[in-house]
Amino acid sequence: MPFANLSSRLQETFRKLRARGKLTDKDVDTALREVRLALLEADVNYLVVKDFIAKVKERAVGHQVLASLSPGQQVIKIVNEELTSLMGGTQSKISLASKPPTIIMMVGLQGSGKTTTSGKLALHFKGKGHRPLLAAADIYRPAAVKQLIVVGEQVNVPVFSMGETNPVDIAKAAVAHAKTHGNDIVIIDTAGRLHIDTELMHELEEIKRSVNPHEILLIVDSMTGQEAVSVAVSFDQQLGIDGVILTKLDGDARGGAALSVKAVTGKPIKFAAMSEKMDGLEVFHPDRMASRILGMGDVLSLIEKAEATFDEQKAKELTEKMRRDAFTLEDFREQLAQIKKMGPLDQLLGMIPGMGKLGQMRDLAVDDSHLKRIEAIISSMTVEERRNPDIIGGSRKRRIAAGSGTRVQEVNRLLKQFNQTRQMMKQFSEMERRGRKGKGGFNLFR
Amino acid sequence: MMLRKLFSRGGKKEAKVMPDPRINDDQVKPEGGADAGLLTDAERSQGSEANTEEVTPQGLFARLKQGLTKTRTGFIDRIGQILAGRGIDEDLFDELEEILIQADVGVATTLELIGRIRQRVETERITDSNAIQGLLKAEIKDLLSRDHQPLALPDHTPAAIMVVGVNGVGKTTTIGKLAYRIKQNHAKVVLGAADTFRAAAVDQLRVWANRVGADLIAHQEGADPSAVAFDSVAAAKARSADVLIIDTAGRLHTKTNLMAELGKVYRVTTRELGRDLDEVLLVVDATTGQNALSQAKLFSESVPLTGIVLTKLDGTAKGGIILALANELRLPVKLIGVGEQMRDLQDFDPISFTEALFN
Ligand SMILES: Nc1nc2c(ncn2[C@@H]2O[C@H](COP(=O)(O)OP(=O)(O)OP(=O)(O)O)[C@@H](O)[C@H]2O)c(=O)[nH]1
Ligand SMILES: Nc1nc2c(ncn2[C@@H]2O[C@H](COP(=O)(O)OP(=O)(O)OP(=O)(O)O)[C@@H](O)[C@H]2O)c(=O)[nH]1
Ligand SMILES: [Mg+2]
Ligand SMILES: [Mg+2]
Repeated sequence: MPFANLSSRLQETFRKLRARGKLTDKDVDTALREVRLALLEADVNYLVVKDFIAKVKERAVGHQVLASLSPGQQVIKIVNEELTSLMGGTQSKISLASKPPTIIMMVGLQGSGKTTTSGKLALHFKGKGHRPLLAAADIYRPAAVKQLIVVGEQVNVPVFSMGETNPVDIAKAAVAHAKTHGNDIVIIDTAGRLHIDTELMHELEEIKRSVNPHEILLIVDSMTGQEAVSVAVSFDQQLGIDGVILTKLDGDARGGAALSVKAVTGKPIKFAAMSEKMDGLEVFHPDRMASRILGMGDVLSLIEKAEATFDEQKAKELTEKMRRDAFTLEDFREQLAQIKKMGPLDQLLGMIPGMGKLGQMRDLAVDDSHLKRIEAIISSMTVEERRNPDIIGGSRKRRIAAGSGTRVQEVNRLLKQFNQTRQMMKQFSEMERRGRKGKGGFNLFR
Repeated sequence: MMLRKLFSRGGKKEAKVMPDPRINDDQVKPEGGADAGLLTDAERSQGSEANTEEVTPQGLFARLKQGLTKTRTGFIDRIGQILAGRGIDEDLFDELEEILIQADVGVATTLELIGRIRQRVETERITDSNAIQGLLKAEIKDLLSRDHQPLALPDHTPAAIMVVGVNGVGKTTTIGKLAYRIKQNHAKVVLGAADTFRAAAVDQLRVWANRVGADLIAHQEGADPSAVAFDSVAAAKARSADVLIIDTAGRLHTKTNLMAELGKVYRVTTRELGRDLDEVLLVVDATTGQNALSQAKLFSESVPLTGIVLTKLDGTAKGGIILALANELRLPVKLIGVGEQMRDLQDFDPISFTEALFN
């Protein structure tokens, strides 16, 4: 998979840099050539890449990097910072009209996810106490109106439709309807169209002129290649978009299009859509996206999140136990509880460095319900068993499985996982000990 | 036999390319956020020569040509610009590399193609920069022709086709177009609506079925897609249909459960058919970047793909991903989509495709 290549190649490059200890001008060039290829493989537009590499080089060459004790980390920090700043620095929200209804127009290429995302957006606002209305202004695609009606039913939001009349009239009537029915947000779902289709682009301009939307959102498929740039620039020039929603991020696309679109339009990416169902709309985090594009996992936000959530005292105790190799199933459960506080597990896994390299996230199938079962299993053990799992034999396993409403296989799997974790912790604490003696700090790119 | 004829549309390869006045997307300049003028060297020349159009009965070629013109102007005119009056140097190769990258050919395949040309320049002692275009053209043609196979249906009936791919690439629309094409030859077509997941997916296929005059086999939304496939095969047999086409829900290739579901639909279909499906087509959106490789790899792990349908070539996407797919996975492109209407489907022809690129 291109994924794995990218991640491992970058890590390989930075390992090499580290091994040298010092950075020469040529080293930086070598490293940046790899970064360039990685970005291209992630579908970042080649002109954006060019620009980006030039910026990073400017910062990286010279004393800043040379002075660093850890050149590899220094370079990744610069790459990451530049990437994040290019992605937009901070997250942005949808601005609501001072005088409702707020009118939002969804535009984009065919199949990018406008209709689905309209439903998600409606749900998002409904959850915040608003009363959104969905407007069906796609009169071209077969069953597009029906699709929006079904989506509306799924999120329990009313859908305004007028069959296959003029989309401009539909939009106007929808806004009028919202005003008389107390809907404070109108989301207009428009037909997918090519940015070079003058007639249909003109139709969008007409809709814009007649209802004055507060937000025109461009919906961009995260799997888009190099053309993302001309699509975004075209829509922006002809309509003046206010922001972008990136869809289908639940797959393995590196999403370089995000960077391209942001770089050429300067418009913020407001949401990330990551599901076919109605739940997967998330606030866009430029830093996470930057790391995703680089393929190294969201190192920084994992650290941040861990810092914010982990109970410091407990963490200290755990570290102490790790060192003494006295880690028990009780601690394991404690640790799981801590991790649970940090957020959905699949998201967390995506942030762990090296996951890209494994390329196996899809096989892990760890979810929150899985966590609950693990908790149930551990709760069904005696104190003695939790402290000393080695005593758990066949009959104990059967008892535990029955007590927790699980199966013996699951108990086995948990015990195996526990042992692996214990093993890993041993390695970590050894790494840490060695690290102390050496340069200090946790080297992510070893 | 009748069906076989259906899918060979010979004699039209010499059609000329029609200029498309709409190509001006790259002439816009970015504002804010990044360096102004970032796109300047991406500017492309407009479709130039006013060629006469050879109108085919259905105007199919006009549409194809529109699609290809964009590819061509974006691609070859720029090569021409670059090559005009200069010697062969490193910059030249760098620029060729950039052009291929910009066409979504992908790093690996681009480096390979350029590498081969470099080698030929060396061994054949080529000094004329104008010869490079011919070399590149030959390489691309070879690559696309290597595994080329048109969509050919068997003599036995029902011929069975399954259409798969990630979300929103154009599966359902392609099925509508394909059914239309088959219906033109008075064959009987049954469509199986095995996308029971997406909102109004069945209604969408029903509109197409009515439009082209095909039978539709559908269950409730949320039903088991394998059951739909099963019933579709049974119906196709019972009604002595010539062709059965099964639509499936869009799914991301990384979702193991959904890919397993697809595998099951495939198995149930073949079991009920009593033989293999004749075609399992992966639909790829031409706008897609490098992820298409991952899509093709993972889909082929679940179902035995027989070819690719490349859709949305009427946009500005260059379709260069075809080269990467041919190079790395040796999956032949069989059909291309060049619009949203029922006539906007074409056989993929590597020769005319490449010729159109280089004309
Ligand atoms: N996996 C995944 N699928 C998505 C996401 N967003 C949309 N989809 C799917 O993508 C396909 C296209 O979505 P639509 O909402 O119909 O796209 P659209 O832009 O309205 O399409 P047109 O109206 O035809 O232009 C559907 O199968 C959706 O279920 C997402 O975030 N993740
Ligand atoms: N311009 C253009 N649009 C196309 C082409 N093929 C399909 N579309 C459009 O792309 C959008 C999605 O097409 P669908 O056929 O619904 O795609 P799908 O793969 O069935 O989507 P899901 O079932 O949701 O995964 C629709 O708006 C189609 O009209 C094409 O060749 N060119
Ligand atoms: Mg839609
Ligand atoms: Mg479909």
